[in-house]
Amino acid sequence: MIPSDYLPIGVMILLATGLACLVVLISILFGPRRRAKNPVKIASYESGMTAIGLGQRRFPVRFYLVAVLFILFDIEIVFFYPWAVAFRELGWPGFVSMLSFIGILFVGFIWVWKKGALEWETMDK
Amino acid sequence: MQDLMLILPPLIVFLGATALLLVDLKIADDRKETVAWIAMFLLVGALIAAVMLLYFNRTGDVLYGFSNMILTDRYAALLDIVFALIGIGVFLLTLRYNRVHQIMRGEFFVLTLFSIGGMMLMAHAANLVTIFVALEMFSIPLYVLCGVARPRLDSEESSLKYFLLGAFASGFLVYGIALMYGATGTLDIATMLKQVERGQAPLLLVIGAGLMLVGLGFKVAAVPFHMWTPDVYDGAPTTVTAFMTTATKAAGFAALVRVFLLGPGAFVGSLVSAIAILAALTMIFGNLFALAQRSVKRMLAYSSIAHAGYLLAGIASVANIGQSANAVIFYLATYAATSLAAFGVLSEIGSMNRDEDHGLERYTGLAKRNPALAWVMALALFSLMGMPLTAGFTGKYLLFQSAVSSGLNWLALLGVITSVISAFYYLRVIVHMFMKEDATVAANNEQYYVSKPSLVMMTLASVAVVALGLLPTLLLNMFA
Repeated sequence: MIPSDYLPIGVMILLATGLACLVVLISILFGPRRRAKNPVKIASYESGMTAIGLGQRRFPVRFYLVAVLFILFDIEIVFFYPWAVAFRELGWPGFVSMLSFIGILFVGFIWVWKKGALEWETMDK
Repeated sequence: MQDLMLILPPLIVFLGATALLLVDLKIADDRKETVAWIAMFLLVGALIAAVMLLYFNRTGDVLYGFSNMILTDRYAALLDIVFALIGIGVFLLTLRYNRVHQIMRGEFFVLTLFSIGGMMLMAHAANLVTIFVALEMFSIPLYVLCGVARPRLDSEESSLKYFLLGAFASGFLVYGIALMYGATGTLDIATMLKQVERGQAPLLLVIGAGLMLVGLGFKVAAVPFHMWTPDVYDGAPTTVTAFMTTATKAAGFAALVRVFLLGPGAFVGSLVSAIAILAALTMIFGNLFALAQRSVKRMLAYSSIAHAGYLLAGIASVANIGQSANAVIFYLATYAATSLAAFGVLSEIGSMNRDEDHGLERYTGLAKRNPALAWVMALALFSLMGMPLTAGFTGKYLLFQSAVSSGLNWLALLGVITSVISAFYYLRVIVHMFMKEDATVAANNEQYYVSKPSLVMMTLASVAVVALGLLPTLLLNMFA
């Protein structure tokens, strides 16, 4: 815990902020500064689609529900990978732990299914 | 196997709740009372398991399990019993209240059970990571439970406020845990305690523990981290509020006892004085704000803040750690019984009126409309006030005694003064119930009736309040 140990970190922070400021400064000084007044310039790229309506619109809450459920069941992979890597070392205790984890998750899955959260047509009810 | 036995009470609750989630799918909406009874049955099982833990470990040894992540001692078993009893009491109230307010859903009981399981795990925590996991386990179901009366805006507001501020407080807690790990190189509370006892309390540890104090202070509603309390307690359904004032407070203090009283915090002078100052602020402001409340439910919310102050005084008394820990756990048990009795009355009034308006005028002339309700409420308020011969008095006596024996005379004195101030707002409700006439009542002469399960719960809670007031040794002998 000697202060001089932290010197490289301090230098690093200084360099990082300095470089960031420098880059921004250079682009302000030398970059082209023409405002996009030209209608051609703000139009969609020639192979792009013409924009319809605004970007902020209302869309059904079901999308959120599906997204949340996806994350819930997708995140289990995060636990599977380390387990799979250390599968042999963990042996039976690891297997049993993973099985009970999946078991709990499965109960949740059944509940979600039976509650109708996966039915697109009747989800709003 | 022995590891599993050590956490049998929370294990029963967790596994039971998971199974109940599936059972609930098969039960029709108009028969959800069955789910409540199954949930109560599970809690009775957990209660028996906790009593067994207490019985088979009569010497009061601290038993460790799961690579020292979990411990079981007398406090853990006693807190398990307290949580199970709170759960049963709240479920008895829900039978009528939730039906009337149309929140009789299976998920209500499953979520409450998950929350209780997390709280029990908190009582068994021997490691800072266990504390954090347990905290999240009991908090996340609570965020949902606050908003269970969904179309009602108050309830939604309560849920959102609790969630946002609760997540923020969890951030403080995790940051504190990280710094404490950085300072000591361990997450094990006992190892950390040994290092601190040897005189190694680096500044980083103190800062980390301070941040943890902020996080836990939020959960137990200590001033200045109390801002969410009135709105959340007021907006949540009364049965959920009853659960939160009693169980969440007990769980928060279980963690405070583990880390600050029995753990490394007690050996760091600056932390102890910080807790003493928090206790003083909480007592003063909790009681002063309660004076201004016109709603009984809001008044009880501020009262619960004030009681967190008295309990913090116990955490700050570090001269005789065992005695202070006993006093805190005893107070948590008495406060749970008292608060459940009071909220039992509130939930019955809420069921009668079919709304969540708990203005003082709703309690005017209650003694005429239903004497039983009025007397239970009066007993609960006397106990909250700290009237002799009630549990509240014994609890406060023990807390202030341990404060005095730790040289915190000023804190004990402040506690007594603020208790006297609190008499004003508690007595105001009693005056309204017994000595004022409600003109509208005289007009329609409508009597209030009490549902049987609620009556059973309120009777048991009242008996506990009187019994712990007259014979505190009944419970205190279990600590010895």
